[in-house]
Amino acid sequence: MRRVATRDRSTAGAPAALGVLLLAVLFLLAVPGTARAAVAGCVADAATGCINGTIRTADQQPAVGVVLDVEGPGGTTQATTDAEGRWTAAVTEAGAYTVTLDETTLPAGESLRDPAQNPRTVTVALGSSAGALFPLGAPAPAGGGSDEDPDAAPDPESTAPADDAGEVGAPVGASDTGSFSWGRLAQQASSGLVFGVLLALASVGLSLIYGTTGLSNFAHGEQVTLGAIVAYLAVQSFGLPLVVAGVVAVLVGAASGWLQDAGIWHPLRKRRVGTTQQMIVTIGLSMALQYTYQFFFGGGALRIVTTTPTMLTLGPVRISATSLWSLLIAAVVLAAVAYFLLGTRIGRATRAVSDNPALAAASGITVERVVRLVWVLGAALAALGGVLMGLYLNATSWNMGGALLLLMFAAVTLGGLGQAFGALAGSIVIGLVVEMSNLVIPSDMRYAGALLILILVLLLRPQGILGRAERIG
Amino acid sequence: MSADLPRGHVPAATPHATTASGRDRVTADLAHVAHTPGVPKPDAIVVADQVTRHFGGMTAVDVGHLEVQRGAITALIGPNGAGKTTLFNLLTGFDKPSTGTWSFEGRSLSGVSAARVARSGMVRTFQLTKALSRMTVIENMLLGATKQSGENLFTALVPPLWKAREKEITEQAEELLVRFKLDAKRDDYAGSLSGGQRKLLEMARALMSKPTMVMLDEPMAGVNPALTQSLLGHIQALREEGTTVLFVEHDMHMVRHISDWVVVMAEGRIVAEGPPEDVMADQAVIDAYLGAHHDTDLGDDALLDDGSIEQLQAEEQANLAAAAADDDREGTR
Amino acid sequence: MDWSRILVNVAGEIFAPTTAAYALAAIGLNVHFGLTGLLNFGQAGFMLLGAYGFAISTIAGWPLWAAVLVAIACAAAFGLLLGIPTLKLRGDYLAIVTIAAAEIVRLVGRSTALTELTGASSGLRGNSYKDTFQDASPFPDGTFALGPFEYAMNASNSWWVRIVGWSVVALACLLVWLLIRSPWGRVLKGIREDEDAVRSLGKNVYSYKMQALVLGGVIGAVAGIIYVLPRAVQPDSMGRPMTFFIWTILLLGGAATVFGPVLGSIIFWVSLMLIKSVMRAGVPESIMRTEQIEQFGWIIVGVTLMLLVIFRPQGILGDKKELAIDVR
Repeated sequence: MRRVATRDRSTAGAPAALGVLLLAVLFLLAVPGTARAAVAGCVADAATGCINGTIRTADQQPAVGVVLDVEGPGGTTQATTDAEGRWTAAVTEAGAYTVTLDETTLPAGESLRDPAQNPRTVTVALGSSAGALFPLGAPAPAGGGSDEDPDAAPDPESTAPADDAGEVGAPVGASDTGSFSWGRLAQQASSGLVFGVLLALASVGLSLIYGTTGLSNFAHGEQVTLGAIVAYLAVQSFGLPLVVAGVVAVLVGAASGWLQDAGIWHPLRKRRVGTTQQMIVTIGLSMALQYTYQFFFGGGALRIVTTTPTMLTLGPVRISATSLWSLLIAAVVLAAVAYFLLGTRIGRATRAVSDNPALAAASGITVERVVRLVWVLGAALAALGGVLMGLYLNATSWNMGGALLLLMFAAVTLGGLGQAFGALAGSIVIGLVVEMSNLVIPSDMRYAGALLILILVLLLRPQGILGRAERIG
Repeated sequence: MSADLPRGHVPAATPHATTASGRDRVTADLAHVAHTPGVPKPDAIVVADQVTRHFGGMTAVDVGHLEVQRGAITALIGPNGAGKTTLFNLLTGFDKPSTGTWSFEGRSLSGVSAARVARSGMVRTFQLTKALSRMTVIENMLLGATKQSGENLFTALVPPLWKAREKEITEQAEELLVRFKLDAKRDDYAGSLSGGQRKLLEMARALMSKPTMVMLDEPMAGVNPALTQSLLGHIQALREEGTTVLFVEHDMHMVRHISDWVVVMAEGRIVAEGPPEDVMADQAVIDAYLGAHHDTDLGDDALLDDGSIEQLQAEEQANLAAAAADDDREGTR
Repeated sequence: MDWSRILVNVAGEIFAPTTAAYALAAIGLNVHFGLTGLLNFGQAGFMLLGAYGFAISTIAGWPLWAAVLVAIACAAAFGLLLGIPTLKLRGDYLAIVTIAAAEIVRLVGRSTALTELTGASSGLRGNSYKDTFQDASPFPDGTFALGPFEYAMNASNSWWVRIVGWSVVALACLLVWLLIRSPWGRVLKGIREDEDAVRSLGKNVYSYKMQALVLGGVIGAVAGIIYVLPRAVQPDSMGRPMTFFIWTILLLGGAATVFGPVLGSIIFWVSLMLIKSVMRAGVPESIMRTEQIEQFGWIIVGVTLMLLVIFRPQGILGDKKELAIDVR
């Protein structure tokens, strides 16, 4: 049983954390809405079908005022892109329609990436929407790593949950699935290493929280997203330099971790609420946070930096300078965390609590203080991971953390729930698996490979690489 | 128990009025069995061989050979950590041994799952009672019954197919509840029962399947004296019905009172076997477990008069002097 | 504010097909969690498999009953596959594996590699698989109005799908009611509380848990069919959020009760529609855009789930004494 400290010093630092978070929220509200506008005009129902799309310029800005002609069984209509680059056309008869983009109405300096694909044919049925894509850019064959259009065919009248775009984006410099070669192997391995180290930043917190409190925190992904979004806000809306934005993101993350433990988890633990119940609370929190992010920032991809990254070539590997810096920063931070856990008194206390809370409490360690520290540290690391991951993946979005959550669980389970070093080892393995599986399976299924590993680990060795076998059940 | 008795003398068991047949039969069967660990029994219902269980570097159980006599009440005693509950878990399928085989009624049970062990007639209770608190007493009991076809998913959907059997086992359950004096609590949640009542419930529930052998893990732990008498009565009644009983206990009065045979474990091994009087007189057992004054009722206030205390002190001095003399002779000082 | 229109929309949610589908999915989850204590966080995966099974078979030309059987078979196989490794593990682990498994189903379904079969991320268009169901209707085509409610008789969001959907919900409730009162249900109740005790009474706990997993999953698959009949099979809309809504609905109505899932689903969708309609009519575009109102609704769902679990985990109809939540 975990004992509550007799003198609760955990409120020290409350004013600071609260202040930071309050400031953050105020700035958030002051910033004019950056979310995308609703899709006006077409609503698909029993008598109407919709054709729509979004057109963005080569550097991902909305292309305004582009005219498209839609021709087909239901007649001819015209659509124009609005301030967000979106266009819709309603049709009253099902069938195949030709959509022609009027190139003279493109913004200055823009051209179709693939002129041969204009006009496009789209098949529409009543009661549904169909999308037509017209990518803009330099007329060259499309390279790998293109973002999917997450807003294709929205259904505003639907009472179903909002779209859960599968992946946020692909790392800069990643190559398409295709044939195998040693060069590609090296490229994917290096991507995997970087991805794994960044994942480790996010996962260490998850593992420590589980170890010290027994809570599987399904809202941890949102801590990652928080970091990326704060960095996005700082850079894009406030014009702060990237490094400062990163620091701000980490501070906000730390504050949010502190507030969560003080406001939610500590009171729940005091009330002796079971860990299963707490887990379901984290699920509710995850939902609330994800949709809060979507509420303020919309459903699309957000780019923290919009400048094209400088690519470096190290042997057969092409890597962006940002990724290299991220790898370096992450490695330094992880080393610092390792030193903390191994070399400092409070770090050793953390490991003790993570290993056996009752015994740790009995030997005089104030468990609640350690848990508070773990929440702050874990959330801060997750925020840093979010910033670096957002840079690495070339974009962030409201559900970036949600998509990464399962990978984090896979990493943490593989390494041993509750073992911080296990989380590191597991993350690197998962990162490598995800990127290297690109060589053999289609890239949109690469997360599935990591999830399969998760299931296999739980089947064969549930305690993970570093965990101790415990009597289960 | 008087303090005048010399150390080590076990008084003859007070004759008590029980139906003589069951106990007499068993006593006769075991009369000619040697009092050595691992001795074979005339009609063994459980035979275990080379059963070991290692945890990391530690050996929890290392039993060379053990046989349990059919129809007898066998007590398993020993200090904490001797491996008694682990042995229980191994025999009943709740744990996997490192090595060893054992059989029940001639059929091998090694590697058999706990549920199948229970179905073959060997049921157990738990040290920390597992009365299902959020179910009522009668529901707990009905769960213990066997051959209820309604427990099959498809049959459950057609009530007429299982209502008759349900009525049968409800009657059986109610009889048992009356016997264990829990009938008034029939529709109460098991969580609302006292600790002792939950023990009774667990025992009653275990009897629903009419088992051949019942393994009780510390049935008297935490039970008040009145209830203890009642429990003892129930266990003896089991012997009358021909059920074999193996139980773990620390209360020596109880052990001496009802058991036909005692097995002593220490550090995972069996160190002694035999009828209760002999085992408790065994020096090794006394040194390892029972303690020099196990006969003395330490709760007896009469001991607190000066005369007894002086006598005990004198005995201790004598012991120490004797031990010192031994050491001198062996040169270990 | 057009109150009559809002009220009509809100009242329409009471018997909408989506409400029925979620109620059915929650009934399936009730068998998992309410009756047996299994933490299944992949119910949307069962639904998606059911939807794919039904739609793909229908597109391939199979009759209605065969397509439904395919859906059920897919769910049963999935349940078996999931159960074999995980039913021996602690509850937390089952939660993680079920989320991962449902995610794999979605990722594989939306993958471009299977475009021929599943339509990849665009999914399967409604009109491709609705004909056998619509043909089975005894009612004539066209629209039909009952008071202020007017829907198509057979096409997509129709009266026919409502009738069928809610009949299936009623059947499922009957099933659960029979099972709860039966010896089979009693064994599950015991397992929910303490597996070892039930094992010591000779019951094969693993087999019972597997039966519960498969049964709840099959119910989920049928829910998936009913969910996609008025719309299209879109894998991205049947992911984790859907699972979490089903959990909210189950906990809201009361786990381990017969009507909890139904009541929960009705209250859930009615409240959401009420909140969103009122806000859409009352809140000007400058403060909150239409899609932000949608998201605001989901935020409220998340917060509701949190408050529910903390302060009233037994839900509306549940019994606190029989509460199963923090067993494991």
